[in-house]
Amino acid sequence: MIEFRSVSKRFDDGTLAVDDFSLVMPSRQTTVLVGSSGSGKTTLLRMINRMVDATSGELEIDGENVSTIEPVQLRRRIGYVMQNSGLLPHRRVIDNIATVPRLNGVPKKQAHERALELMDTVGLDRDMAERYPSQLSGGQQQRVGVARGLAVDPNILLMDEPFGAVDPIVRADLQQELLRLQRELDKTVVFVTHDIDEAFLLGDQVVILEKGGRIAQKGSPAEILANPASDFVASFIGADRGKRALSIQTIDGAQVLVDGDGNVAGRLVEAGPA
Amino acid sequence: MTWVLNNLGLILELTLVHIRLSVLPIVLGFVIAIPLGWLAYRYRLTRGLILTLVGLLYTIPSLALFVILPPLLGIGFLSEANVLIALTIYAVAIMARSVAEALQSVDADVRQAATAVGYSSWSRFWTVDFPLAGPVLLAGLRVVAVSTVSLLTFGIVVGVQSLGYLFTNGFQRGIVEEVLAGVVMTVIVALLFDGALVLLGRALMPWTRAARALPASPPRVAMA
Repeated sequence: MIEFRSVSKRFDDGTLAVDDFSLVMPSRQTTVLVGSSGSGKTTLLRMINRMVDATSGELEIDGENVSTIEPVQLRRRIGYVMQNSGLLPHRRVIDNIATVPRLNGVPKKQAHERALELMDTVGLDRDMAERYPSQLSGGQQQRVGVARGLAVDPNILLMDEPFGAVDPIVRADLQQELLRLQRELDKTVVFVTHDIDEAFLLGDQVVILEKGGRIAQKGSPAEILANPASDFVASFIGADRGKRALSIQTIDGAQVLVDGDGNVAGRLVEAGPA
Repeated sequence: MTWVLNNLGLILELTLVHIRLSVLPIVLGFVIAIPLGWLAYRYRLTRGLILTLVGLLYTIPSLALFVILPPLLGIGFLSEANVLIALTIYAVAIMARSVAEALQSVDADVRQAATAVGYSSWSRFWTVDFPLAGPVLLAGLRVVAVSTVSLLTFGIVVGVQSLGYLFTNGFQRGIVEEVLAGVVMTVIVALLFDGALVLLGRALMPWTRAARALPASPPRVAMA
């Protein structure tokens, strides 16, 4: 469990990126921080592995205050996946995945065996192990990034807009893959995005942020869609338009759902057992 | 050609001496430039200071340096050390700026990713920043190598043997062939060093050619 208690961050240039932020991120669930740029979402994520230190307030991981943990050690036990993969261009795929175990002193052979297993886990062909990142597609690089994040089998996985830079089809693919991984691996995932659809798809808990890390609303995707807490949230999630504003029309005795653009989205049926 | 053919032994000997004397200033210059370049790259304050200083160093005429150094360091005017130290200073002057630029050239995202996954600053410098700065470092080192090989010929004015001997000797005795032999051999030695550095770069930085070897990922633009 990750707990923020009244955390604030003011950068050296005076910007207040995060103002009095409190939140509990439950273990083994995916918490998605979603907001526009300037909402402080990435700053919040980076506080968890001390890439950024809070100016005030407390941040605990399983009851342990992160400020008491040496940053380098802390980072080595937390998985981190970022936009554009952040892979080391001068290391082969297998060495990139084995990076953190090697830093922790795991023997090379063992680290490489584990890296190959992880390539299976994230759906990468083992043949790619000897390639350099520049020889992979964007989607493949992102998979390597995820494999690297999982290499030390961390409890916590931080993901900073990991699928933001790949094309929509690959992104959809990677999102499904992450859902599958999360079912299998049961990590505490903190995921940052500006894409509300992605947030609703991946999040157990979705936290919608306004400027300065102010929480506009938090809850499950269903709760937020059912009851947007404010006009800001309603407009952010697009409740009033497009494919979220479904209306019922009766055609030939059957009830059909029509979206905000007038396109038929589906047919209304009784919900079956979940 | 007669002079050349009659003096092959001398030319070869001077070439070997020239190579031997060039190596030390190149290596030392590179090693000394690393911390200086790092300081220039890392802190705004030291940046201006160091880059101005090394810039000035390079403008000192080599003859003047050969005269200033001995009393300063307590070495003989005619010693090899005098020339080697002077050449090392020039190498540092060129290389320090190169090191700063090379470190600057490393992608900030990669640097930050390395920190995020748990590199300490020391290990990140040597295993991430430094190797990734490699291509720009190599470019600087190639300039240093060629410049050192050519500057070494000046050493002859303080009596240190090198291919420069062929210049002065040929000039004094009016043998054009000898002077030309010196020029050609100096160029060849410079090319040898350059070629060796390029090969070394390929061996140490296989990833720089990997991108071109295979039809790689969709263009970078699509991922920006």
